[in-house]
Amino acid sequence: MIPLAKDNLTKADVQDKLKGIFSHYKGNQEELIPILQETQENFRYLPAAAMREIADFLHMPESTIFGVSTFYAQFKLTPLGKKIIRVCRGTACHVRGAAKVLAEMEKQLGIKAGQTTDDMEYTLETVACIGACALAPTMTIDGETYGKMTTKKVAEVLGDSSKA
Amino acid sequence: MTAAKPDNGNKQRTIFICQGTGCISGKSLEITEALKKAVAEHGLPGVKVDFTGCHGFCEQGPVAIVEPEGIFYACVSVADVPEIVESHLRDGKPVERLFYKDPVSDEAIPYHKDIKFYNMQQRIILRNCGRLNPERIEDYIATGGYESLKKCLKEMTPEQVIEEVKRSGLRGRGGAGFPTGMKWEFCRNAPGDQKYMICNADEGDPGAFMDRSTMEGDPHTVLEGMTIAAYAMGSSEGYIYIRAEYPLAVKRVRLALKQSEEKGFLGDNIMGSDFSLHIHVKEGAGAFVCGEETALMASIEGKRGMPRSRPPFPATSGLWGKPSNINNVKSLATVPVIIAKGADWYASTGTEKSKGTCVFALTGKIANSGLIEVPMGIPLRKIIYEIGGGIPGSKKFKAVQTGGPSGGCLPESYLDQPVDYESLAAAGSMMGSGGMVVMDEETCMVDIARYFLSFTQAESCGKCVPCRIGTKQMLDILERICRGEGQPEDIDLLQQLGENIKAGSLCQLGQTAPNPVLTTLRYFRDEYEAHINEKRCPALSCVKLISFYILPDKCQGCGICLRNCPAECIAGDKRMVHVIDQEKCVRCGTCLEVCPERFGAVVKVSAEKVDVPDEPIPVTAEKPAASAT
Repeated sequence: MIPLAKDNLTKADVQDKLKGIFSHYKGNQEELIPILQETQENFRYLPAAAMREIADFLHMPESTIFGVSTFYAQFKLTPLGKKIIRVCRGTACHVRGAAKVLAEMEKQLGIKAGQTTDDMEYTLETVACIGACALAPTMTIDGETYGKMTTKKVAEVLGDSSKA
Repeated sequence: MTAAKPDNGNKQRTIFICQGTGCISGKSLEITEALKKAVAEHGLPGVKVDFTGCHGFCEQGPVAIVEPEGIFYACVSVADVPEIVESHLRDGKPVERLFYKDPVSDEAIPYHKDIKFYNMQQRIILRNCGRLNPERIEDYIATGGYESLKKCLKEMTPEQVIEEVKRSGLRGRGGAGFPTGMKWEFCRNAPGDQKYMICNADEGDPGAFMDRSTMEGDPHTVLEGMTIAAYAMGSSEGYIYIRAEYPLAVKRVRLALKQSEEKGFLGDNIMGSDFSLHIHVKEGAGAFVCGEETALMASIEGKRGMPRSRPPFPATSGLWGKPSNINNVKSLATVPVIIAKGADWYASTGTEKSKGTCVFALTGKIANSGLIEVPMGIPLRKIIYEIGGGIPGSKKFKAVQTGGPSGGCLPESYLDQPVDYESLAAAGSMMGSGGMVVMDEETCMVDIARYFLSFTQAESCGKCVPCRIGTKQMLDILERICRGEGQPEDIDLLQQLGENIKAGSLCQLGQTAPNPVLTTLRYFRDEYEAHINEKRCPALSCVKLISFYILPDKCQGCGICLRNCPAECIAGDKRMVHVIDQEKCVRCGTCLEVCPERFGAVVKVSAEKVDVPDEPIPVTAEKPAASAT
C-alpha cells in the first residue's frame, strides 16, 4: 500500500495552482501524464487533493489517476527535499563502483535511498541510467551531472550544492 | 607540426566546444563563456567561439576542436582558456599539453583525424554529431540537411521511398532488427485514414546513450528521417517519445521542431506539396517497459505503460487503434543518408544480412569510453582493443556485455566474432540498443547477472506471471548465491526458470530478461560453482564472500588504515602491526585503498585464511627504501 502524504494544503490552495496548469490543456485523457508532470513540478510531489481535482478535470476515476501516478518512477506521492540527489546505478556505473558511492552518500546524509532528510533538505534516489556512462560512476544533484565519482568526492559535491 | 607565424588572431578560426550532457557536467558551458569573454578582450577579429553536440568521446571531456586545423583538445578546463586563446587562437601555436594522449603508446596526438578512437569509425548516424551547432537549423541545412526530404517530396512517390529503404537493407536499430522498409509498407497498406508516425526515443537501457547524443547533437536529422517516414506511409501526425531523464535532448528537439516549422519543413503543405505533418513531443515518466512499442503507445494515450499481446500489430492497430509505425532514433537518423546517397551505397557497408553501421556505447573497464559508430560485421576485438584502447591498468579482459539487460555476457573466445544481429543472437546475446560494457577480472559474473536481474525485476510491469514472479524467483536465487548461501541445485533451477520465462512472457522485457543469467551460466559456469561449492568469489567482488587482512610482515604500523576505517574495527598502535576484527569488518575495502602503495600491507581474499596475529604485535617489517616512495 502506498501511503498518501498528510499535508497542510487547503483545497483552495490546490485549486488555485491547478487553475493555471489546466488553462493550457483541453481536458483530454491523453493529457494526464503531462498534467501530472506539471503538477509535480509545482508542488514538488503529487498531493492527494490535486489528484482529485485532476480526476474531475479529465472526467476520469480517481483510481485511474492513482494507478498512473504509481506506475511511473517519476511521480512522488510524498513531499521531496529541496535538493534531489540521484545516484546512477547503470551498468557502466555499477562495474565502476556505484554501490560504494551510494553507500557513502547514504552515510553522509544519514538516510537510505528513497528517503528524505528530516530537515527536508535532501532526497536521495537511485536512477537506472542517466546516459552519461563514459563518466561512470555518475550522480546528479537537481539535474546537474557529476561524473567520475569516488567516495572521497561525495563530501565535496555535497558541499558544492549546499553553497548553491 | 610546423610552427605557425603569430597572426594576431586575424586568421579565421572557430573553436567548437562540446555541449553534450557529458561535457556540460565537466563545465563546458562555463568554458564557452570564458572563451567568448577572452576572445572579445583580446579583440581577435577572425576567431569565432561556437558549440556542438556530443563528440562521443565523453571520457576525455570537456573536448574542443579548433577548425580549420582540426586540432583536438581533451579534458579542457576553465583555467586552460587564457592559454588556448593567447597561444593558439591569437598566436597560432596549439597548446600541446591539452592534446589527447593515446592510452597504448602514450603519444600526444594533435589532430582529431589521427585519433584511433575516431579514425577507425564510420559515421553515418552520428555524421553531424560534434560537427555542427545543434541549435541552428542553418548549420544542418548547410551540410545538405532537408535535401533528402525535398528529393522525396518532389521526385519520389511514397512507394519509391519505401522501396529504396527496403533495398538498403536497413533494420530497426532499437534492438529487434526488423527490416524498416517492410514495417513502413505494412503501415502504408493498412486501411485507415489517420495513421501515426512515432519515434521511440525512450532509451532506457542502462549503459546506452546514443539516442540521447543523437538528439542532443543533431536533432534535425531525426526530424528529417521522421518526416520522410511519415510521407512514405501517409501519416499526418507524429509523436517523439523521449525519456524525461534527458532534459537537454527534450529542449533541443523542441527547438528543432520550432525551427523546422518556421522554415516550412514541417506543418501544413510541406515545401509546397500536399503532404502535411505535425510532430508532438511526449515526455516519458520513468518506466523502462515503455521502450516496448505497445507499452509506449499506451503511455502516449495517458495510461499505465503496459504492453499488450500482439497481434494486432501496431501497423494495423496501434495508437488509439489506428495504424501506427514506431522507429528508433538511430533508424530514423539513417534514413536521410539512404535517400541522399542511395540504397546501394548504404548496402555496400556491413554484412550480408546486417547492412550499414551500428552505434555502440562503449563503457565499463575500457580506456577510451564513449560513443562509436562502426560498420556491421566488425570483430569485437577491434572495437575493444583498437578503438577502445584496451583495458586500463593492465587488467585482464573477462567479458563484454552487449544489449543491456536484455543481452548477454560474451567471453574472450567470442572476441573474433563479427558484430551483427545474427552472430550476437547465436551467442545468446543481442544487438539491443547498443550498450557495450567491458568487464575485467575484477567483475564478478554472478554479481553482474544479479545486477541485471535486479533491474529487469524492478522494471517488470507485473502484467504477466512469468515475468512478474519468475524474475523475482531468479533474483532471490542469485542474491542467495552472492551471499554464499547457494545450493548445488540452484544452477539447474536458474536454467529452467530462465528458459520458461523466455518462453512464457508477454513482451520482450520478460522474453529477454533471463539472457544475462543464461549467458553467464553458459560461459562462466565455474564462477557460479565457486560461489556455491567453495563459497568463493573468484573476482573478489561479492562482499559476503571476501575478507581483508593486514600482513604482519609488511605492516609498518602507520595508523592510516586505522584512522580511515569506517567500522572502527582495526586495532593497533604506532609501530604495532594492525589487526582487523573480522567479526566487525564491513568489507568496504577502505583499508586496502588507503594503505600506502609502498607498504602494500592489506590483502583481499575469498575463501582463504591468511595467517595473521590475533592482537597487535611490534612491527618487524623493514622500512621500504626511500626510493620506493
